Amino acid sequence: MKPAAFTYHRAYDVNDTIAQLAELGQDAKILAGGQSLVAMMNFRLARPSALVDITRIAGLDYLERDAQGLRVGALTRHRTVETAKIDGFGVLSKAARWIGHYPIRCRGTFGGSIAHGDSTAEWCVLAVLLEARIVLQGPRGRREVPATEFFQGFFMTAAQPDEMIVEVRFPKPAPHAALTEYSQRQGDFAIVAASARLDLTEDEVLTSRVVLGGVGQQPVVVDADLAGQPANEETWRAAGEVAAAQVDPPSDGHGSSAYRKKLTAALVARALAEAAA
Amino acid sequence: MKDIHLIALTVNGTEHEIVVESRRTLADVLRHDLGYTGTHVGCEHGICGACTVLLDGQPVRACLIFGVQADGCEVRTVEGLADGDELSDLQKAFSRCHGLQCGFCTPGFLMLAEAYLSEQDGVPDESEVREVMAANLCRCTGYQGIVDAVRQVAEERAG
Amino acid sequence: MTAWVGARVPRKEDRRMLLGRGRFVADMARADTLHAGFVRSPYASATIKSIDVSAAKRVDGVLDVLTGADLGDPFLRAVLERDEFTPTEMPMLSGDRVRFVGEPVAVVIAEDAYAAEDGVEAVEVEWATGPVVLDIAAALAADAEVHSGTRNCLVDLVLFDDPGLDAIFADARLTIEATFTSARVSAQPMEGRATMAEWDDRDSQVVVHTSTQVPHQCRSGIAQALGIPERSVRVIAPDVGGGFGQKCVVSREEVVLAAAAMRLRRPVIWVEDRQENLTASVHGHEQRYDVTAAFDADGRILGLAADITCDIGAYSVFPFTCAVEPLMAATELPGIYKVPAYRARGRGLATNKAPTAPYRGVSRPQIVLVMERLMEKAAARLGVDPIEIRRRNMILPGEFPYTGVNTITYDEGSYLESLDLTEKKITEAGWYTERDRLREQGLLAGIGFSCFSERTAYGTPTMSQRRMRMTPGYDTAHVRMDPSGEVVVTTGTCGHGQGHETTFAQIVADQLGIHPDQVRLRQGDTDLTSYGWGTFGSRSIVIGGGAARKAADAVAGRLRKVAAHLLEVGEDDVELADGRAGVRGVPDVSLPIAELARVVHFQTHRLPEECRYGLEARESADPPGTFSNACHATLVSVDPETGDIRARKFLVVEDCGVIINPLVVDGQVRGGVAQGIAAALYERITFDQEGQPTSATLMDYLVPTATEICPIEIHHLETPSPFSENGSKGMGEGGTIGAPAAVLNAINDALAHRGVEFDHIPVMPEDVLS
Ligand SMILES: Cc1cc2nc3c(=O)[nH]c(=O)nc-3n(C[C@H](O)[C@H](O)[C@H](O)COP(=O)(O)OP(=O)(O)OC[C@H]3O[C@@H](n4cnc5c(N)ncnc54)[C@H](O)[C@@H]3O)c2cc1C
Ligand code: FES
Ligand code: FES
Repeated sequence: MKPAAFTYHRAYDVNDTIAQLAELGQDAKILAGGQSLVAMMNFRLARPSALVDITRIAGLDYLERDAQGLRVGALTRHRTVETAKIDGFGVLSKAARWIGHYPIRCRGTFGGSIAHGDSTAEWCVLAVLLEARIVLQGPRGRREVPATEFFQGFFMTAAQPDEMIVEVRFPKPAPHAALTEYSQRQGDFAIVAASARLDLTEDEVLTSRVVLGGVGQQPVVVDADLAGQPANEETWRAAGEVAAAQVDPPSDGHGSSAYRKKLTAALVARALAEAAA
Repeated sequence: MKDIHLIALTVNGTEHEIVVESRRTLADVLRHDLGYTGTHVGCEHGICGACTVLLDGQPVRACLIFGVQADGCEVRTVEGLADGDELSDLQKAFSRCHGLQCGFCTPGFLMLAEAYLSEQDGVPDESEVREVMAANLCRCTGYQGIVDAVRQVAEERAG
Repeated sequence: MTAWVGARVPRKEDRRMLLGRGRFVADMARADTLHAGFVRSPYASATIKSIDVSAAKRVDGVLDVLTGADLGDPFLRAVLERDEFTPTEMPMLSGDRVRFVGEPVAVVIAEDAYAAEDGVEAVEVEWATGPVVLDIAAALAADAEVHSGTRNCLVDLVLFDDPGLDAIFADARLTIEATFTSARVSAQPMEGRATMAEWDDRDSQVVVHTSTQVPHQCRSGIAQALGIPERSVRVIAPDVGGGFGQKCVVSREEVVLAAAAMRLRRPVIWVEDRQENLTASVHGHEQRYDVTAAFDADGRILGLAADITCDIGAYSVFPFTCAVEPLMAATELPGIYKVPAYRARGRGLATNKAPTAPYRGVSRPQIVLVMERLMEKAAARLGVDPIEIRRRNMILPGEFPYTGVNTITYDEGSYLESLDLTEKKITEAGWYTERDRLREQGLLAGIGFSCFSERTAYGTPTMSQRRMRMTPGYDTAHVRMDPSGEVVVTTGTCGHGQGHETTFAQIVADQLGIHPDQVRLRQGDTDLTSYGWGTFGSRSIVIGGGAARKAADAVAGRLRKVAAHLLEVGEDDVELADGRAGVRGVPDVSLPIAELARVVHFQTHRLPEECRYGLEARESADPPGTFSNACHATLVSVDPETGDIRARKFLVVEDCGVIINPLVVDGQVRGGVAQGIAAALYERITFDQEGQPTSATLMDYLVPTATEICPIEIHHLETPSPFSENGSKGMGEGGTIGAPAAVLNAINDALAHRGVEFDHIPVMPEDVLS
């Protein structure tokens, strides 16, 4: 389990990164926290010809709350999100606890997680839930892709190999949002992750959104509008059943498709209840 | 042609300058190029935590970082915990609580606990300590001695 | 007088480990050391058409590539001298046929581990895949043969066959038929296997530093495979990062490294990676029990029949053979219960999977699970209290020594006392109230028990019944006091986390009246120690420690003689304690023990002939075996929505006779229980339909963390064994043996109202919901 050879390059700003990626060609890759990439390289499942290390780029590690919402710099560590108090975005700090373990969170980056595009990854699921926009920079300039279009399949995203994620923008606060998940062992990737966002009055749902991880090739938006329904346990349970009926999850060693459906029902109900609380 | 780099690394206060191949992990650089064999390698995919060291004060998996990335950084390894021959409070607690058997996981747990305790002001409850220590695997102890040791040190340090 | 045995002495081993100065094989590579990487089969079953190493040899940093043919096609053959056993050859590097994914076929020697892996990728092998046999059913049915010309059943033993059983089953008030299974698991020591071999010109021998539990067996294996005398091989186990059985068999890689070092005359190191450890080392515990049991109306067991099948993988491991699991299971199934009539058939079936080796507990986690499930089933069907039914069946005080239907004699144990104490402790601690509270919260919750004894310290008298060509059992210790009064003990056992450096020192210190810090244990080096069998099967303290005690006792006798002479008193009046030789009843007359040692060595002329020339003794121990026992209880919760199963409380009452060091004993229990919980709830080695491993990473093979393992409360009883020099019984495996049954019983208690019953491990969340 030793990686294949590659050439190492260090970038000091975003433009430098883009230029180096362009020069090094298709098989070059960005190296951020390395918490997904290096593990895959050790297995030789990933064998980039060159790595451009972006961790020395200054000024990309930030959480900026503005009138519109929240901007997260690509190099913001999971741990920074976990320990921050971000008004209206408590869901991010809370969800960070689900990502791996303390040392993983000290090293892994927000942008890296989005770029990696694991369908169960907390940041990917929440980006879709909160309708974030992914800010990419490349040789053709800057562009923004809605998270709903960014994740395109099994570890596939809209980012081109010569582009870099520089920021993730969350357009509006989500005081009533939650993410929950299940894995047998603490710190592991979720078998199923469920996230929910609500607008609600004391006893009635105004708008709702539910997004799942681990049930498809990318985060899956559940088609269920709870508007007008009472904000109670029964509604959450029913929504869970609706979600479970909609998904057709894959089977693997961590759980069969049927099991993932059952988890979906349970976890959606829990996420909604937590979001409403 | 090997892709090689000259890097500078401070390990437990000692400065080193060495040439490394870019694909060598920090764990291998520490162990084999610099002789800090106290840091162990158990899985090379981020699960076991045997390779945990502090990189600029943060606990990290040395198997998931390339040595060249640590250029210019400060690394703390298990060899840097004791004051000369005098074991640190944490090391003593591990022995007292029987937090180690074969000792293979021990350096990783010590560094994980060291980082965690340095961020702690109060005395964490048992379930929180377990949650944090869950970052690393131990096959021998059943974890109880490790958890007890960390809690005892937290108590001692809180006074 | 200070007694060290029984004291909670912190371990001598700790300091170097805590300082990061432990010395494991992987720490030994020097600048001139070459690194080995193994080319392994990507197929579960294939013949090798050709191996082309030319491209690999051109890879930057690669020095050589060796196939089996280059090394003279070395192989090992483990033999059980029984007609019911079919020996098979295990080539060290397969040249013509591979039988599991991960089987080594060539070795690349390179300047570092990175280049070695580059070289491995560049070796071109042409394979022709063949049919695969992947489970017990297929192995029984298969016309396909894992070993050509050999039936797939490599061992088939009918050990007991009571002719009256069928009548008993027909007539009994209750006859239960059930099938119990346990998944294939891996021991997963945190240090994988690792070997460094180098040629020593001065001693004309190959020195093999290897992460092993059994250095002498390893030396014998290397010598036999390479056809060289044993003295040409020196095996040294440095610090070993756990073994749990995975390192108590001879690895093919160990032999290959020795051969490569001899050929290249350069030090060569191989450090197994985790993927190799999960796929290409050894596994264990893949077993099926088809059982019939008869009970009378009061719940007393009348008869028991078991058809035991073990999936042993592709090869018979050396030297234990693939019979180790079926033999253990068939012999010891009745356990602590008085079974009047018994029949057992045990089979070992070859499949296209990695070989199985003894893993902590060896079949006993399974047989205890079978018996404890049977007790629960019978209790439920007959309306008897499940604890009471155990009392009615177990060997009771006053019945020891008890010889069972399986011809085993059980020495004194505390079976009933441990059960009673367990029940008392958990009731006092409010487990039943806690169970109700969890149930009110909407969780399913249950309490489960398991009662068992484990035979430990199998000496030659017991091991020889298995009829292995290489029969382990005895061990030998040497104790020598030097002129400064300090002591070096050597042993053939080989601790790797069990704290032997501390516990052996405690035993010897008490015999000699000195401090344990003055005693140094030397182990794990075949040139420094007498032939011995290593550390496995909960044998070390009883056999190795027993031998050390005998040898220390002999040295103590000499010291007493010397003291008697110098103090001019009778030998029997001399007492060795607290570093001095004193005279009974005369407090102010004494000599430091160091002074005695000085005189013996430096002024031996002052002593009579029989006291001269050194202070040393060599003694062996070879007991028949002794039974430790325990009762486990656990409180488990089950989330009805996710299927999540948690062991929330765990209590052990254990009796391993005389406790040498409570710290170490508790550590062994807790570590063992953690592995038992793991086997019950988390771990399983899996394959796809082609025999490709699907649990080849620690993301897929779920070794539990500190969150999944709950605190484990321990209470001790001490029933000394007459078969053990120290009165102690082995206890390295008990935790692993008892825990799965307790957890499974607790799950079934939690789910009882749903009418489902599980008789397999691990129980996965998914099982709960389906
Ligand atoms: C034991 C363990 C447990 C884990 N558990 C979880 C978990 O539960 N949930 C979870 O979400 N993650 C988990 N992770 C993964 C972790 O969160 C990673 O940090 C994350 O997936 C990737 O971030 P990174 O910064 O480490 O990226 P890297 O590993 O450096 O890169 C990942 C990929 O993204 C690309 N990339 C990185 N940054 C950028 C960028 N700015 N622009 C374009 N491309 C980029 C890289 O080229 C690479 O392809 C776990 C990891 C480990 C080792
Ligand atoms: S070796 Fe780095 S986490 Fe296991
Ligand atoms: S002490 Fe052996 S793995 Fe932790």
